[in-house]
Amino acid sequence: MNDPELPPLPTLGPVSRQAPPGGARRHWRPARVSEIRTETARAKTFRLTLAPASGPPTNGRPAPGHPAPGQPAPRLPAPGQHVPGQHYDVRLTAPDGSTAQRSYSIASAPQVTPAPGPVQIELTVERIADGDVSPYLHDVVRVGDELEVRGPFGGWFIWRGDTPVLLVGGGSGVVPLMAMRRYWLATGRSVPLRLVVGVRTPEDLFYPGEYGDETSVIYSRQAPAGDRRPPGRLAASDLAPLIAQLPGRSTVYVCGSAGFAEHASQLVVSLGVERTAVRVERFGPS
Amino acid sequence: MVTPFGFGHTRERDPRLPPGQYDTGSSFPVLTAEVSPRLTAQDWTFRVDGLVGTAKTWDWASAHRLPASRYEGDIHCVTTWSKLGTSFGGVSLDAFLAETGVSAQATHIVAWSQTGYTTNLPLSEVTGGKAWIVWEHEGRPLPPEHGGPVRMLVPHLYFWKSAKWIGGVRLLDHDEPGFWEVRGYHALGDPWKEQRYDGDE
Repeated sequence: MNDPELPPLPTLGPVSRQAPPGGARRHWRPARVSEIRTETARAKTFRLTLAPASGPPTNGRPAPGHPAPGQPAPRLPAPGQHVPGQHYDVRLTAPDGSTAQRSYSIASAPQVTPAPGPVQIELTVERIADGDVSPYLHDVVRVGDELEVRGPFGGWFIWRGDTPVLLVGGGSGVVPLMAMRRYWLATGRSVPLRLVVGVRTPEDLFYPGEYGDETSVIYSRQAPAGDRRPPGRLAASDLAPLIAQLPGRSTVYVCGSAGFAEHASQLVVSLGVERTAVRVERFGPS
Repeated sequence: MVTPFGFGHTRERDPRLPPGQYDTGSSFPVLTAEVSPRLTAQDWTFRVDGLVGTAKTWDWASAHRLPASRYEGDIHCVTTWSKLGTSFGGVSLDAFLAETGVSAQATHIVAWSQTGYTTNLPLSEVTGGKAWIVWEHEGRPLPPEHGGPVRMLVPHLYFWKSAKWIGGVRLLDHDEPGFWEVRGYHALGDPWKEQRYDGDE
């Protein structure tokens, strides 16, 4: 600021501008669908192989297999590893040239150790009945098809695995939290992590069978037989014991529909968590 | 690459939609990074400072004594929804700047929210009838999840530039990237050029 007497502005935390390796620009690139898995009646996971670097190297000589000099080739840098919590944009182009794109959270963890071969990611997509993109992905796309994607994006709702966390997800909001959880497992569970997932019924739970004792599932409409908690909306009593156990320096990540995220984030703050320790990501129209 | 989507619904594309956007119809999606604060009109203040003639702070009553101004039109979110034909009511930012005066060296602003959120804008993008301080949406008080009691409105740019829970605007002689801008989003955010992310032309 120019005038040293101006009062400092409030802040949401440390601001550090770091262009990602390879620069800030993210290019649209082809991605081949290598696997499609059904998670629930309305959700599928798409495993994508990202097109590798292509185009002439900076010394001007074309790489093998690329167009001869004089023919333009799109310069595509190598895809980078993502940070848990980030997303990719998927773009569809209609014959008339109009486009539709949506952001989908990455469900897979980044690779922990460098591995040879192409970069692969997984996106879990919920089918929205009158959507522009998800019905196409669910109803038309097959293994072997190519999609156009861009990313990874996200600089706020991300976790590098280095601080204790409480993750609270509603419905499809569990997707970026699952990337965080998978990364936590891959890096040896080195910090405390707790996950709370809210769903309506057991059939709505993504990644069934994958959770451990770090996770509690809250059912709002219908619980499985034998569940001790009667079905009901996420409440303070569900979160209070977890928040009481949170070490200092913990961060709480809340993700889901606007309604779920608003409800859950206000509960967290009402239970004494500092506002600046809560990060929220809201999906979808409502 | 052509992916023949749009099967099942051939609809005329509304010319008011910038590239890559869809019409969200009557809904008004909520997207925020932080926990929504609970602020009241009685607590609200709005400060304009930095490279101005005289810094000034308004409260609810004094802001309402400035000339009323409405925006009727479209808004566009970087997450691809657009809301067409909506309306907001408040006061033009020009009216606040007319009271403080603007120094000749001022080139940019930072708009800041009570929560600590910030966003940066060139001064030329928020003057001459392009920006408002608003407390009403479609005839009703602005709800808290949409930035109420008062937010900034800069509708010709992606909506992350329209800071919620506005606390003030600071005039600078340089650009100071705000919350989303330092986390990968575009410095300006023109939806007609699809300037979504840092590095987009």
